[in-house]
Formats: sequence, structure tokens, C-alpha cells
Amino acid sequence: MASISTSGVSSGAEPNSIRASLLSIRNVAKSFGRNAVLRNISLEIAEGEFLTILGESGSGKTTLLRIVAGFESASAGELWMGEERLDRQPPYRRRVNTVFQSYALFPHLTVEQNVGYGLRVAKRPDAEIVSRVAEALDKVKMTPHAKSKPSKISGGQQQRVALARALVNRPRLLLLDEPLSALDANLRRQMQVELKSLQREVGIAFVFVTHDQEEAMVMSDRIALLRSGELEQVATPREIYSRPATAYVAQFIGHTNLLKGEVRGGVARCTSLSWPAKFPDGPALFSLRPENIRLVAAGRTGDAGSVRLRGKVLHRAFHGATELIGVEAGDGLVLVVRTSGSAAQDTVELEFSPDDAVPVRESPGRV
Amino acid sequence: MFSRAYKTAVTAPPLVWVAVFLLVPYLLMFCYSFWSVTPAQTIVHSWDLGNYRNLLRVDVYWQTLLRSMWIAARVTIFSLLLGYPLAYFLSFYAGRRKDLFYQLVIIPLWVSYLVRAYAWKTILGSDGVLNTLLQYVHLTKHPLEFLLYSPFAVVLTLTHIYTPFTFLPIYAALEHIPRNLVEASHDLGATPAQTFWKVIFPLSIPGVLAGATFAFVLSLGDFLAPLLLGGPSGIMISNIVVSLFGAAYNWPLGAAISLCMLVLVVSLLFLSERLEKKWSFS
Repeated sequence: MASISTSGVSSGAEPNSIRASLLSIRNVAKSFGRNAVLRNISLEIAEGEFLTILGESGSGKTTLLRIVAGFESASAGELWMGEERLDRQPPYRRRVNTVFQSYALFPHLTVEQNVGYGLRVAKRPDAEIVSRVAEALDKVKMTPHAKSKPSKISGGQQQRVALARALVNRPRLLLLDEPLSALDANLRRQMQVELKSLQREVGIAFVFVTHDQEEAMVMSDRIALLRSGELEQVATPREIYSRPATAYVAQFIGHTNLLKGEVRGGVARCTSLSWPAKFPDGPALFSLRPENIRLVAAGRTGDAGSVRLRGKVLHRAFHGATELIGVEAGDGLVLVVRTSGSAAQDTVELEFSPDDAVPVRESPGRV
Repeated sequence: MFSRAYKTAVTAPPLVWVAVFLLVPYLLMFCYSFWSVTPAQTIVHSWDLGNYRNLLRVDVYWQTLLRSMWIAARVTIFSLLLGYPLAYFLSFYAGRRKDLFYQLVIIPLWVSYLVRAYAWKTILGSDGVLNTLLQYVHLTKHPLEFLLYSPFAVVLTLTHIYTPFTFLPIYAALEHIPRNLVEASHDLGATPAQTFWKVIFPLSIPGVLAGATFAFVLSLGDFLAPLLLGGPSGIMISNIVVSLFGAAYNWPLGAAISLCMLVLVVSLLFLSERLEKKWSFS
């Protein structure tokens, strides 16, 4: 399947590739009855990296996380942490901790007792528990609330406690299941930054599950994009944005224009447009980001080698710093263009560089 | 909004009902407990604490009250020991058969109390099912006499009858525990046993308290099981009250005992509610 080859594609130039592998997910599949939720997932997680599993609801991302944590068992495949076969261990023997979506703090214990829970069940000496709990609470700025019950603190504070409760055990891997989804937008952005810097500080590998592509872009070293139980692409945010492997990835991450055409004799054609392309002959699909299409002032000559076209402005959407305009470029081709200024005229002249038209594979429909 | 007349019309009947059939009888009982009865069996409306003094002075009354509490305590402990594991199994491990098992626990509640008490009589009697079986397999030579007409028979029967009453609140409490707390506990390295004692059991305490209160209060006031299966040694306080209001014709003393029981039970309910509040976190 297509997903197997994409899962092997990882960051060539990024530092992650030289880090040692921490967790190896090998050909994991999961079905509930006849319903296949995950198919043939293979993924390497490196020491100290921030990996985001990104996908729509129902893509299987939470199931994958629960398999790593040990709350679900895989129908097929293996998990390896170094020389250890992880999927044969019960959750309480895995050096993996989880931050739950709804935090799952123990309501009958204080903040302090919640954070100390893992150390206490591991029967650490009292003095060690006290100092490590104090340190962990200090790290998430929750020391003033140490004696409070979870019901007496806010959602954002519960979030920090859940994080401290997991990190105090010094896991090798921390799993986070949409931990920011319950927070309001401002707090959420603030927590994204805090979480990212905390991860750098502690140096523990984070596997972060989210459906929010922006969140994934901001925080991750690498993104694993999951679609209907299969991996579409695993790459750095930059790479996944500028070199999407499939039409689905291109559309899921940011805005894009998909140009359907064909390549023949080193030339790509789409409606009346054509540009040189060094790809094998045959039908082709190209992703062209709105910000890679430039408006050319009337009468000016554009860059040499770029593809030029004229079109009529259909609609405009103001986004603050930029504006997205829809341009009808003839033959039913509508391109979305991102402009920084305001294009008041009804007819515009556009150009894009052939390099920015990135060939992508079709994403076949899946059940 | 509803008119004043409509509100009165709706709320009056239940208020009248409670007043006539609950408050007035309690008031009457309260009054009777201070009156006395002459040897000629007429009731004298003289106000004193004679009946309450008798309660403390005459051994049979306070001894029977203590025995009743001891029986009720044993019923409570055995009902909890049976009801808790049952509720725990159903809530956490029964899976798809949960509803079936739940119904199986509930069905005995539909069967008349009397039928169930008589059933135990048939099982425990000298010529009963159990003794016949024991002799048939030559475990015993003679019928075991302590099985029927003994505190043992009363405790056994009441435990059988009140276990569903302890099961239900415990089951409800266990069902209310978010399952991700159990997962979080495992995730933090706690074994299933540690998870039970540190998370599941503490969070089920309100259910345990409610169940224990049911079993204790209901069996403390029971009079049918001791009447049918208790024999002379298994008499409970309610049997004395019944006879005082009946054959013995000493309503004042019966009322005094009833009032003591009422105070005891109400304080227990009050205490249990306070404790349940202290242990609930929802």
C-alpha cells in the first residue's frame, strides 16, 4: 500500500534522523470486530523528539496512542522499545506515561497526592517522593495549589497537574491525547509554547495526538499524518507543507490548489497552462500553494521562466495580514491566491514558478 | 406560571397524606411512650419516664436490643462481603453479560419476602433439604439442630434478603467511576491490586456506606425472619414490640421501645449521609 512507502520517508536533513530510535511501531493493525481502525502502521519514534500524530476524528490516532500506552492490544504487529517487546507488557510495566484528554486526575486525592501517585505505587522512599513532587509542581507552576483537590482548580491548571503527574515518573516516552482540546483559544496557544519548551527542557520524547493541523505545525519536530487508519506521510512540518506526498496531505495542511493535468515529454499541462516538468509521462496531480502564486502589476513583465495567466476575481476573504482571493483562470480552473496587499481590480495577472507546482499522488477514497 | 390555587391543589394531598399517616402516628407514639398501663389493662395518661426506666432496668429489653444490633451487624458484614465482589465483578468484568447478571441479582427482589423466608425453613429444618443431604452422604448421623430456630438462621435469611440492597448502591457507585481513572492508575505504574485499593475502593465508599446503612437498618427492624426462623434464641427487638402492642397489651412500653429504635435509626441515617458526603467527589 501507498502508506508503507510514505512511512519510510522521513526528514533527511533534520537532526531527528541521527537520534537513536526509542520506539519502533512495526506493522501494527487494529480492528474492532469487522471494523479496521488501523492498518499496517510502521513508525519510528526517536529519543527526545516531538512527534505529532495528526488526523481527523475517526482516523485512528487515539487508538494508536492507546496501543502504545497498553490500554488496547494490537490485532497484529509489534512494538519494540530497544530490545524490549513492549506490546507484551501490561501498561503498568511500560516506561510510558500518558496525559489524558480529560486529564483523568484522581478526584479523591490532592494535587500533590496526584503527582506523587506514580512514585508512591513504585514504593520510592518518602524523602525522594516529597522532593520530586515539589520539583515537578514547581516546573508547572502549581506549587501554590499543592493541597487543593482537582475539582477546585481550573482546566488549564488541571492540565499542568496531569503533565506533572506523568513527567515526575521520568518516562522514556510521554503520550499526550489531545491535551489542549478542552482549553480556550488563547490559553491553548500559550500552552502550545509552554509544552514545547517543557519538552526541550526535559528531553523526553513526546507523542502528541491532535486533529489541529496548526497545532501540529507549531509544536512538532515531525508530523505523522493518519488518514482512515493508514499513514499518509511522516515528515517535518516544513517538508510536509512544502512537499506533501498526497493530495489529501496537501489539502489537510493549509490551503492548496490542486491542478489536475498530465505530463508528456517533459512538459506538464493543465487546461491552457503548461510548464516544464521532469516527471515520467502520464496523468498527474499538482499542489500549488496560494502564497506561491504572485500578482503581477499590469504591464510589468514577470520573472523569467514563470508560468503566467490572467483571470477574473471571483471572491475575496480577508484574513488580517493576508487576503485570499479566488481567481477564475479560464476553462473552469479556479485558483486561490494569497496576497498581502489589496487587489482592488476585477481582472488580475498571475504567475507562479514551475518548481512550486508539487506533484502529489491521488488519495484514493477509503472506507 | 401556575396560579396559587393550582399549586395548593397539587401540593395539598401529599402533605395531608404525610401528616395523617406519618406525623400524627409518630406524635401519638411519642405521647404513648410517657403513659402507663394499669394491671386492669387501662391506659393511664400520666406523664413520666417509667417506660424508659424499665427499658434500662429489665434485662430482656436491652439484651434483646443488643442482640438485634449484633444480628444486624453480622447481616451488614456478610451482605457487604457478598455484595461488593458481585458488584465489582459486574461493573468491571461482566462485559456484554452485564445486563443479564444485573437482572439475575434483581429478580429475587420480586419474590415475596415470606416465600423466601419459608424457603429457608424448608432448607434448614430437621427434616429439611440440608439435613437430609448431610445424612445421606454420611457427613452427619443426626439432624443438626442449630440450623433452624437460631440466630444463625436469622442471619443467613436476612443476609440472603438484604444482599441485593447492598449490591445496588455499590454497583451504582462503581459504575460512576470514570474508567480513565483506572487507566491513569495503570499508566502510572500501579498494579491491578494497587489500583483497586488506591482508586476504585476509595471512590466506591459512598456506595458501601449506603449499602451498609440499608442492610443494618432494615435488618435491625425486621420481625418476620426471627418470628419464622429465629426460635427463642433468635428473638429480635421488633418481636418484643409486636407482642407488647398485641398479646401483652402494653402500648406505652412498646411505644417507648419504638421511639428508641427510631432515634437510633435516624441518627444512623444522619451519620451515614454525612460520611457519604465526605467521601463523594462528583
